[in-house]
This record gives sequence, structure tokens and C-alpha cells, in this order.
Amino acid sequence: MTLNTRWIPERKQHFILNFLSKIFTDLPTPPNINYYWNLGSLLGFCLIIQLITGILLAMHYCPEITNSFDSITHIERNISSGHILRNLHTNSASLFFLCVYLHISRNIYHNTWKNQVTWTIGITIYITMIITGFVGYVLPWGQMSFWAATVITNLFSAIPYIGNSIVLWIWGSFSVSNPTLNRFYSLHYLFPFILTSLTIIHIIALHSENHSNPTGSQSEIDKLPFHQYFTTKDLQTTILLSIIIFFIITHTPHTFSDPENFIKANPLITPTHIQPEWYFLFAYSILRSIPNKLGGILALISSITILYLILLLKQEHIKSSNHRPNLKLTTWSLSITFILLTWIGSVPAESPYTILSLIITAWYFTSFIILIPLHSNTEKRIINKNIINNYQ
Amino acid sequence: MLRSKVKSIRNLTKYPRWYGLGVLAVGVGGVGACLLSGAFTLSASDILMKAPPLPWSHSGYYTAFDHASVRRGYQVYKQVCAACHSLQYIHYRNLVDVSHTEEEAKQEAAEILVAGDLDEEGNPTQRPGKLYDKLPAPYANDNVARSANNGALPPDLSYIVLARKRNEDYIFHLLTGYADPPAGDSVDDEMAYNLYFPGNKLAMPQQLFTNSVEYDDGTEATVSQMAKDVTVFLRWAAEPAHDDRKRIGFKGMIIMPLLWLVAFYMMKHKWSVMKSRKLAFLPAVRKKYTFAGYARKGPPIS
Repeated sequence: MTLNTRWIPERKQHFILNFLSKIFTDLPTPPNINYYWNLGSLLGFCLIIQLITGILLAMHYCPEITNSFDSITHIERNISSGHILRNLHTNSASLFFLCVYLHISRNIYHNTWKNQVTWTIGITIYITMIITGFVGYVLPWGQMSFWAATVITNLFSAIPYIGNSIVLWIWGSFSVSNPTLNRFYSLHYLFPFILTSLTIIHIIALHSENHSNPTGSQSEIDKLPFHQYFTTKDLQTTILLSIIIFFIITHTPHTFSDPENFIKANPLITPTHIQPEWYFLFAYSILRSIPNKLGGILALISSITILYLILLLKQEHIKSSNHRPNLKLTTWSLSITFILLTWIGSVPAESPYTILSLIITAWYFTSFIILIPLHSNTEKRIINKNIINNYQ
Repeated sequence: MLRSKVKSIRNLTKYPRWYGLGVLAVGVGGVGACLLSGAFTLSASDILMKAPPLPWSHSGYYTAFDHASVRRGYQVYKQVCAACHSLQYIHYRNLVDVSHTEEEAKQEAAEILVAGDLDEEGNPTQRPGKLYDKLPAPYANDNVARSANNGALPPDLSYIVLARKRNEDYIFHLLTGYADPPAGDSVDDEMAYNLYFPGNKLAMPQQLFTNSVEYDDGTEATVSQMAKDVTVFLRWAAEPAHDDRKRIGFKGMIIMPLLWLVAFYMMKHKWSVMKSRKLAFLPAVRKKYTFAGYARKGPPIS
């Protein structure tokens, strides 16, 4: 007996269309997800902007130390709408990172790391983004590009025994010079494609399980199809984000860039304050807060890789911070810690700030290692057990 | 029963009354401690004067450069600054329709001599400049520049406004901020004392004096007038696309919010049914209230 497939829509019969419809159109989605859940599509939008502008910029850019600064100048001054292209690429990188931080904060606040593959790949995407952003910042070959590259690559020299060899291997020379710029350019072209494939796996893994929602409760009882409801919502916020990006690139395009980077790289002159872009400042101040070089690097790496360890936490019955006051307090204090660390990273490493950054770094790690795991116990005292049972 | 349940969820957590106050006190105390610890530090850079912000006519979101000022600034650059400073990313063609007409820019370009093609015998030649030539550099290379300026290298001015903190304000105040060193401080003969330069000892002595330049348009050439004009000119040189950028921004900020309104309305329209639906909670599901029963007999009367 053959099945009558006449009334089954085309998109459900076709192999690829069925796959896509499960992700973008027919996907059952909880109706109560709020604007915090829009960041995923905004990140995808940022990635597409970066890919398009990046490929167009690569047509005019010259990865060679005597020409790279001039080629950026050429793009800004001589290429038709080149300044828009370049400002779009640099400024939407900032918004890309802003969205990533909000996206991660969503997961910590609402405890939505149910799907281990999605979470692990998500953090891997973030780390890949950091590397991509760093090597990309070196490409204009301004003063801050050069010295950021020098400082960050020199960190590897703290590795015992093989550190110095690794630094030489990364440089491809005896200092940050032409071979370094060439390989950074190559990596800056390669990594976005790794990022794209990781993103696709991230989305597939995400949609293979149930969506999370702000209440943190089961949502099988009430779902909406993704298309029409959430495509319109995502379109609306995407246009809103593009208005913000557009406003920045046409009104204040130099807000996020350092004045030093308008000066061509000079290995003989060190800038007074070397600092990365704002989105790396929190990690930079964690690095600086530890007096020991190797210790600082380990703190820097663990400040990001600690996000992997969140998976080891017990899955609570009540997930969202909306219903978990202690976790709510900790996540808010983590946000403030992040902002304070960003601020400390931008001030010179002087007397009050060094000890302050040490305290704030200690609080950052305490929140992750002690407070968040502890809250499943501390909250037992204040949450009414009977209500939990009814609430489920 | 439903009402009591909602109420009990609202009372999900029991906090002592002082909890919020305590958290607030700790937060305020922490931030206060941070601010105070910052207030009591004094560093060497505190002696440096920070350039105060000035009301530039082009600093608004939708204001273009004062192009008469750019033209005067070019004159100051050409007659004063160009003796030591290059402007390597500016071509004569950039001046066209910005500060000069095409004919005027061609005349400006024709005033200089640039290296031409080799002649038939292979000897280097010189020709008058064209629109596509760059503005001439005062020195052949950095070493010549250093030896002519007591070891100091005059920086290229193409990006100077954007490459310094406080941008235009800093450049204006640097040009007008020369003074005698305060008591207890002295400067060498080749150096000058400047209130706004980091370290205060600047290798460039004061360049702008009253009537250093005779303006084409008859503007009185005071020091602050020349400093303002050359700063506007250098701001233009740092970003020739400035006016275009703001014009595109103006158009976009009209069109894009309209686009957003359409998208927002579409979202509201699609969601309106879902947003106005009513959820009922039926606590006791007995057999006669099952969906089949509901369909057959109509809604139960409670």
C-alpha cells in the first residue's frame, strides 16, 4: 500500500527543503521567548555582514608591511564607498562581540545550557571569533595593530621550555614583521569559514532539541511555527541592528578605534598605553591583574574556557534566574564585574587599579567556581518546596 | 484555586526585608571605594592641560565642513606648515570641488615640479604637476628631515587630527598654546614650551603669528583664525569622505526607520491573534469535560 502524499506539502517531502523547514519555517518555538532570544539571528546577520564586507575589502587590501597601511588609506580615500565598507567591517565587529556577550549572558541568566553540543560549539565559536578579531586587528598595520600583535604573541614565550620557539614559529621571523602579517591575513580569511561551519552545526544542534524559554519550564504544551511569528520578529530586530550599525558608521565611525592606529606601525616607537579593542579589555585586565606572567596567561585562558565547565553543573528543576534570586544576584554581579574589568583594562596599570583588578578578577572566578554551583544549595532554604512540585 | 496558585508562585521566594537594602549598600560602598581610590591618585600627566572642547561648525551629526575655512586652511598649510610637514595621502585632485575649482587646482598643481618620464636618451626629466600628483613632500626622506630639524622628525599631517586624542581641539590648542615655561622649569634653545603637548617640551616652535598669511578672501589673519582654519583643513585631509559620509547617514536615517516601522507593524500584525488569545485553566479534567465531550455538549457550566 502506498501512502497518499498528495496533501503533504512539498517542503516536507523534499530532503533538503524538509531539513531547512525544520530549522527555519516549521520549527516549533515557544511563544513566550522574549527579545533576549533574538540575539542568535542578529549574530547570524553580523556574520553575514562581516563575510560580505571582508571579501570586498580583501579585493583591495595588500598584506605587505610597507603597503598595508597605504592600502587601507587607498580603500578609505580612493575606492568608491570604500570608507563605508571599511567602517562597516570594523564597527560591526564591535557589535558582533556585543551581541555575543549578550547571547552568552542570556544563557547564564536563564540557565539554558541544556544541550551540551550547542553550548560547547557556541563557546568554540566565541574563541574562534576572538582569534579572528585579533588577527584582523593586526591587518591595518597601525601602531596599535603592531604593538598589540607584539604583546599578545609574546605571551606564548611564558610557556616553559618551548615558549620562545613557539613565538618564533608564530612570527615566522625574529620579530613581528612581514611573514607574521602574511600569515595573519591568511588566517583572517580562513577563520570566518570555520566560524560559518561551526555556526551551521550550532544551529542544527540547537534545533534538534526543544527551545528554551524565559520561564525555564517545559514548553511542549504550547508551540508556534517559526515562520511568520519569529521570522517577522527577527526581521524587525535585524533592521533595528542595521540602523544602529548604520548610525555608527555614518555618524561616529571612529568611536571604537584608537587614535594610535591612524599612525603607521613603527617598531622603534612604543605607544604610551597599549590596549586592545574594547571587546578584549576584560580579558586583558584579567591578564594584567596577575603579577606572574605565566599565571596571567593561565588566568586569561581560563577566564574564557571556564565557560565550558558550566556544563558540569547540575540541571536544576527551576532554571531561569527570574525564579532563582541568588543566581539572579550573581549573574547581575557578573555583568557588573565584566563592565568593571572592561573599564580597568582601559586605564593605565597604576597603584589603585592593579589591586582593584586583582579583587575584581578574583570575584569573576569566584562567581563561576563557587557561587553559581553553590546556589542550587543556598536557594533550597528560600524556595518553597511545595510550590516547586506544583509549579512543574 | 487558580488565584491561590498564582499568589503562591508570586511568593515563591521569601526574603528578609533588609536583603535588598544590604545588597544596595554593598554595591554603593564598592563603587564609592573605587571612585575614592581613583580620586586620591596624582600622576605626572595631571600637570598637562587637556584641550577643552570647542564648538566646531562640522562637529554636528549633519553639518558639513566650512569649505571657505578649508580653503583658507590650505593656504596656511601651503605657506607655513608645508615647509616641514608632508601631506602624503592628499592629491591635487582631492582639492577639486572641496576648496578649489578644477582650474584653480590645476594651477596649484602646475606650480610644482615632479619627476616625469625618462627622455629618449634615458635621462630623468621634470614636468609641472598635474591633478593626479600628490602634494609635494618637503624632505626627500626621514633622515634629511631629522637633520634639518635638530633631530626631530616632523610627522606627516594626513591623519594628524584623527591620530591624536581630542582630535581638532588638541591641534587647535597646540598651535595656540605656546607660553613661557613656568618658574622652576626651563626649555632648551631648540625646544619650545607648550601647554598642551604631552611633556610640554615641543621641538616645533610657535609658527603662527598675526598676519603670517595674507588670506585671499580678506579675512583678518589672527593667530586663532589661522589655527582654526588649518585645523579644519587637516580634519578634512584626515577624512575627505567626511561630508559624503554624513550625507549618506542623513538619507539612511530617514529611510531605515521607515523600513523598521513597516517590519514592526508586520510583526505586530502577525502576532495580534496570538497576543489576544485567552488561556483557560481547567483544574479537574473529568470524563465529560474531555475534548470529545466538549465538542458534543458545548462548554461546561461551572
